[in-house]
Order: sequence, then structure tokens, then C-alpha cells
Amino acid sequence: MFSSIKLAVVVFTLISVTSIIGTLIQQQVEPERNIQMLGKIFGASAPAVYKVFSTLGFMDMYRSWWFLSLLFIFAANLVICSIDRLPGIWKLAKEPVKPLDADIFKSLIIRPQVQVKAKLSDARTSVITGLGKIGFKHVLTDETSGQIYAEKGRYSRLGVYVTHLSILFILLGGIEGKFFGFDGYLPLLEGTSASSIEARDGKQIPLGFSVRCDDFDVSFYDNSDTPKSFRSKLVVIDNNREVLKKDIEVNDPLRYKGVVFYQASYFFSQDHVKDAKFILKVYSKADNKSSQVDAGLEKLTEIPGTGLSLKIQDFSPAIGIDDKTGQLMTYANQMNNPAAFIEFFEGNKSIHKQWVLKRFPDTWKTPFGSVELVDIWGVQYTGLQVRKDPGVWLVYLGCLLMAAGLYAAFFMSHRRIWLRLHEEKGSTFVTVAGSTNKNKIQFDQKIDSFIKSLQQ
Amino acid sequence: MDSSQLFGIATIAYILAMVAYIAYLAFRNSAVGTVATTITIAGFVAHTIAFFVRTAEFYEVGQMGIMRAIPLTNLYESLIFFVWCIILGYLIIEFKYKTKSFGAFITPIAGMALAFIDLSGIHKEIHPLVPALQSNWLLAHVTMSFLSYAAFAISFSTALMYLSVTTEDKKSGPYIFWTVTLGVFVSILVAMGIDLLAFKIVATRPEEFIKSYLFRATFRSGSGIIVLLSTIGLGAIIYAAYSYGHLLKKVITSFNISKDMLDDLTYKCIAVGFPVFTLGGLVFGAVWADQAWGRYWSWDPKETWSLITWFVYAFFLHARFLRGWKGQKIAIVAVIGFVSTIFTYLGVNMLLTGLHSYGAQ
Ligand code: HEM
Repeated sequence: MFSSIKLAVVVFTLISVTSIIGTLIQQQVEPERNIQMLGKIFGASAPAVYKVFSTLGFMDMYRSWWFLSLLFIFAANLVICSIDRLPGIWKLAKEPVKPLDADIFKSLIIRPQVQVKAKLSDARTSVITGLGKIGFKHVLTDETSGQIYAEKGRYSRLGVYVTHLSILFILLGGIEGKFFGFDGYLPLLEGTSASSIEARDGKQIPLGFSVRCDDFDVSFYDNSDTPKSFRSKLVVIDNNREVLKKDIEVNDPLRYKGVVFYQASYFFSQDHVKDAKFILKVYSKADNKSSQVDAGLEKLTEIPGTGLSLKIQDFSPAIGIDDKTGQLMTYANQMNNPAAFIEFFEGNKSIHKQWVLKRFPDTWKTPFGSVELVDIWGVQYTGLQVRKDPGVWLVYLGCLLMAAGLYAAFFMSHRRIWLRLHEEKGSTFVTVAGSTNKNKIQFDQKIDSFIKSLQQ
Repeated sequence: MDSSQLFGIATIAYILAMVAYIAYLAFRNSAVGTVATTITIAGFVAHTIAFFVRTAEFYEVGQMGIMRAIPLTNLYESLIFFVWCIILGYLIIEFKYKTKSFGAFITPIAGMALAFIDLSGIHKEIHPLVPALQSNWLLAHVTMSFLSYAAFAISFSTALMYLSVTTEDKKSGPYIFWTVTLGVFVSILVAMGIDLLAFKIVATRPEEFIKSYLFRATFRSGSGIIVLLSTIGLGAIIYAAYSYGHLLKKVITSFNISKDMLDDLTYKCIAVGFPVFTLGGLVFGAVWADQAWGRYWSWDPKETWSLITWFVYAFFLHARFLRGWKGQKIAIVAVIGFVSTIFTYLGVNMLLTGLHSYGAQ
């Protein structure tokens, strides 16, 4: 039953139709959303309809037992279909080309009696070089029948099976990942570490080691709020030793012991501003030498070598100007345009205050030299997607096999060619028989160019 | 010269090429044929240069290096690249099959599509890439997806032509199928055109436009009368396609296109499109998602629809090779495959999210 192609059609159709339903119903969301959507079609009976669909597992369809069963039947069908036909194809693929019986030769003739103005022995050499030119490198001669023959791409016949096999690898990889892997989220404040992550169902999964985020930083395209890149400096600590350090970015994760940490998101935490470290770089007016000052909110901090001190009086993660009132305001809850309001002191006397914006060097100028706002450290969380998937190599192997298999199945063909030569009045007459399992037109063109090369 | 002027030149060239191809078919004069091909190639060259110019423009805005400046990041750019792929496919067919018969069909589609893209108010602005999009896998994924979409688009038109030349009886299933499909396609294009005209001023943000305004001037209008009129319009277009479908057959036969060639082309395009789609569309997309998010497959609507499309074309290949399906049956599968493709490309973004965001309002 599993070998039937009818079953394949039924399974294809079932997978497709149920998948379509799965794209219409939003997966894994609060019931209200789907009830509202269903309401547009079913009106007042939407909650009842929802209940039916929900019981059938459509709200988390791709994980439901019946959908996984469909995939399983699909896989079984594929295996058995392929196994059914494999022996025949395997025989074809293993059996090298042989000289043909006279009547089969006759039935495969594609160019009869091509005249070549040369003696038999010369014609023979040019036939062999000509065959080499159209890709038949290994040319054989059979003494008894007088046939010259060659073939190429015999193993391309297996391409289809490699393709089918690759699908199984991918499915197996998926299953392995599902059962022996995990997947979760880890928000990590700058300067803190964690040794477990939160799975989607809310459970904590221990990692067996810990990760620390030393710094998180977003950079933006000039004059815009479009992020150009965001990166976290991560450190892996295993057995109390720092074993690995890496700056990760989107598209460039950190891997350790099979666990991969992806840069997924970030957010700003207002609650941590009071403990944050405001890292400033102060350039002295006299010699333009810079010194770093680590300031804190409402903490008086000395500026080395100047006799002055400063205090951060206010902070905004995203400062902007209200279009209507012309007042300063905070326009976003992310660090899109961080700014510190800095007050300068001589002894206890306040002598100057101004806003300094991290992204705008123009605002760094002060009466006492330039003050650059380098970073506000300890207020951003990096959002890490964490995954362990021991099956992913199988998936990748499957993808490679699929590429190879499809290439063989579509762009290569098994071509065989047999020739018979005989000499008559100083000319040689060549008769060509041949066959290909695919791309007949291209084969034909190759034969034409072969014949041309003989007649030159 | 900036890229949009060059795209304009390409548009005009394709429309002129159409005139030349039609003249060629009418007079069978080989010099005219050469002119038609030359104009098409000139348009294609302008189109290609425009692509590079836009890359340079993007490079300046993008601040990311040349590999991150390939202009394939929004709907405007992707549509233009799609048209480029179709012309490329057409030129290959013209040289391989040594026939100019399709020119009269393909060049107007390309010219009109470019003009439509230009007039529609779809945003042409260049946006620098957000971090998730900064990946070579993504680049390979997008380029190859569009190449395969273009191959499928050509197979769709040859399959429709095949159906139109081989169906006689207006009551036969295949005749009804192809005329209704054509009618629906034309209706959707018309409806989109009406939306674009009606909301041109509002459409300052294209993604928003697509999500919130699509079909709002017609089928999703607030006014019952307009919905009713639109539905009548839809019916009328389908009925017209049904009633006058046989005329298309006359046109195609007069263009000297044989049905065997159409059948062969349908298969060839899918035989090229399928591996490219599998590798570029599914595999590279999965690798990218794996690198960026740690999840190679998450059953989101776009992925699911690509999988459905893949199944349809896998079905096509198996039906042809295992069952020996040919002619009308296989042409119908090719048409369904492209309907699924277009849904994957545009419909998922437009309708599914549109459906949901509509509900959330
Ligand atoms: C979506 C998944 C599948 C893909 C991508 C796939 C791919 C292919 C490809 C590319 C070919 C070669 C066609 C050609 O010669 O151009 C092929 C042939 C074939 N497929 Fe599949 N296939 C799939 C599923 C299946 C299933 C479920 C079955 C089982 C019923 C099956 C049975 C076969 C058979 C028997 C052949 C012919 C092999 C031969 O020439 O002896 N395939 N497949």
C-alpha cells in the first residue's frame, strides 16, 4: 500500500490542504485573534467553530499528532516507492555499457552512413578524439563486433534516489532536533550572567555552563533610527573559567557545546538607569588629551586633572523635540538617541549644565573642552535566542544531498553511444547509434558537432 | 542618469519591441524581426545598467559595502528584477528555439509591468538594510527565488496558451478552467489598478498600502454597492474571458506557435525552475533563517506556501514521468503551480497578514 503513487497523491493533497488551513489560522496565539478572524466568515457561530478546530489541533497544527503522522506516511511512502524501483535502476547504474547485438544496434541508429574522407585507421583516431571532445573520455573497442562505444553519466540515474533520500535526512534531522534539542529565550542585562534559559512553555532549561553579557551596543545608520547592527559581547564561563569570548551579531551567533546563541532582540530598562555607569571621554582644552570618566546618575564625579567635577542630572534614552510644543521629550523606549544632562561643578558651585547626545558630536562641546558620551552601561538587555539542535547537521547534509541529487536528476543524463566503421573506396563510413535517458535535443546537438568534427 | 530614468528607457524599449514583433509576425520580414530583437536587447541592456546604477545608489545610502547593496530588498526592486528575469528567459528561448513568436506576448507584459510599477506609486526609496537582512544567504535566496518565479511565470503563460490552442468545446473542463483562470487574473490586476488610482494620495507608505488598502476600492470597500458592482465586474470579466477565449486561440495559431513547442517549453521552464526554487527558495531560505534566528523552519505562512508550491511542482514532475501525463492535464497542473507561486510571492504578504491586520483593527 505504501508503494502506491495514489497514496502519494492523497498525502501530498492532505498535507497541502491542511497546511493552507494552518496559514489562515494563526498558530499559537491567544484564542481571541482567531475567533475574531473566524467571525468574519462564520459570524456568530465563530466560537463554536473555533472549538471544533481547536479540538482537532488546528491552533498548533504543525505540531499536532495527525500532521506529524501525515509527514510520517509521506516519508514511508517515499522510502518504499524508492526501494521498489531501486533494484532496476541500480542494475542500470552499475552495468557498464556493452557492445550491442546487431538488431538492437539497428534500432538505435541515429546517424546512418556518415561519409568521412579518410582511411579506416585515420578515421578511427578522429572518431576517438571527436568523442572525447563531446565528453566521452573513456572509449572502448570491441574486436568481434567491430563496435566503438562509450558512455557517460551512468550514475546520474541515481540522482532521483539521492533527492528522495535527502528528504528523509531532512525529516530525520527535524525529528532528532525535536526530541533531543531545546529552544528558548534568554534576556541578559549588560554585566550579568545566566546559567539557564526559558523555554517557550515557560520552563527553565539549565545550560550546564553560564554566559555573561559584558556589553551590548546598537549602531544606527546616519541620521536615522534604522539599526545598522547590534552586537553583544558574550563570555562563556564553564567550571568557573572563562572559556570563550565572542561578539555576536544578527547572522553571526556564538556556539558552545552544541548550544547556539543568536542575537535576536534588545530592550532598554529604565529601572537600571540609577545604577548605570555613564562612560564619558573628556578631552582637556589645553592639550586635547582625553581621559575616561565613569559617572553615575546624581553622583558627583571628579574630572581628572581639571579640578572640576560633574554630575549626571538626567537621562533620556531617546531625546527629541516635540513638534508642537518645542519642548524636549523622550520619543522612544529604546536607546535610539541617548542623552545625558550633565552639570559641572567647581568645588560645590554649579558653573554650567547642558545636554550631551551620544550620537551627535556637535553637542559634546562644553566650555571646559569636549565631553563625549561613550556609553551608558548596564541599562540594556540583549535578547538571545538560544538553541540546541543535534539534528541540524542531518538537515544540512540533506540539503547538500538534495542539491546534488537535483543537479543529477535535471542537468545530467546517461548517454551511450556505439559506432560502426567500414571502409569503401578510400572513404570511411561511420554509423552512429546512441541513446540518452534525458535531454534528447542537447544530445542531438552534441552528435551534430561530433559529426562536423569528423568531416573537417 | 539615475536608475529610474534608465528603467523608463527599458519600459519604452519593451513597448517598441512589441510593436516590432507584431509587425514581424504580420509581414514575416526577417529584417523587422532583427529590429525587434535588437530593441528588446537594447531594453534589456538598459534594464541591466539600471540595476547596476541602482546598486551604486544603494551603495551610497547603505553604508554597508557593495555586497549589501544589491537592490532586492523591497517590493519595487523585486518586481523590477522579476521582469528582468522574464526578459532574460524570453531571450534564451528566442535564441535556443530560434523563434520570435513569443516576443509579441512577452514584451508587452514586461513593458506594462514596468510602467505599472512606475505609475503605481510603489515606493522607490532606498532603505538601508536592517541587520537581519545583512546576509549572503539571503541574497542568494532572494535572487534564486525570483529566477525560479520567472521560470514558473513563463511556464504558466505557455501552459495557458497550450490550453487555449487545444480546447475547442466551450463546455469542456479545460476550456472553462483556463478562461476562468485568465478572467480571475485579469480581474485581480484591474482591481489592483483601481486601488492604486483611488488611493494614490494615501499611499505614501507602500507596505501599508498593500496591507491595508488592497481591494479596498473594490471587493473590500466599506460600501455595499461598490462590493456588489465589483463582484458584477469580476463576473463580467470572467464571462468575457469565457465567451471570447476562442479568439485568443486564433491569435496564437496565427502567430505560428505549435502546441508541442508550448508543451515542451512548459516542461523545460519547470525543469529549470524546480531545482532553482528548491535550492534557492527553500534550502537557502532555511539556511538563512537558521543563521539569523536559529530556526531553519518555523511553518510561517510564507514558508508553508513555498512548501505547497514545491509540492505542486513535484506533483507535476511525477505526473509527467511516472504517469506520462501530457498535454492538457499537465498544463492544468502548471497553471495551478503558478497560482500557488504568485500567492507565495505576493498573496501571503497581501492577503494573509491583510486578513489578520484587518481583523485586529
Ligand atoms: C516532495 C517530495 C519529492 C520530491 C522533491 C521528489 C523529487 C523527484 C524528482 C526530482 C524526480 C525525478 C523526475 C525527473 O526525472 O525529472 C523524482 C522521480 C520519482 N519520484 Fe519523487 N520526489 C518526491 C516525492 C516522491 C514520493 C512521495 C514518491 C512515492 C510515491 C516518489 C516517487 C518517485 C518515483 C517512483 C520517481 C521515478 C524514479 C524513476 O525514474 O525510476 N517521489 N522524484
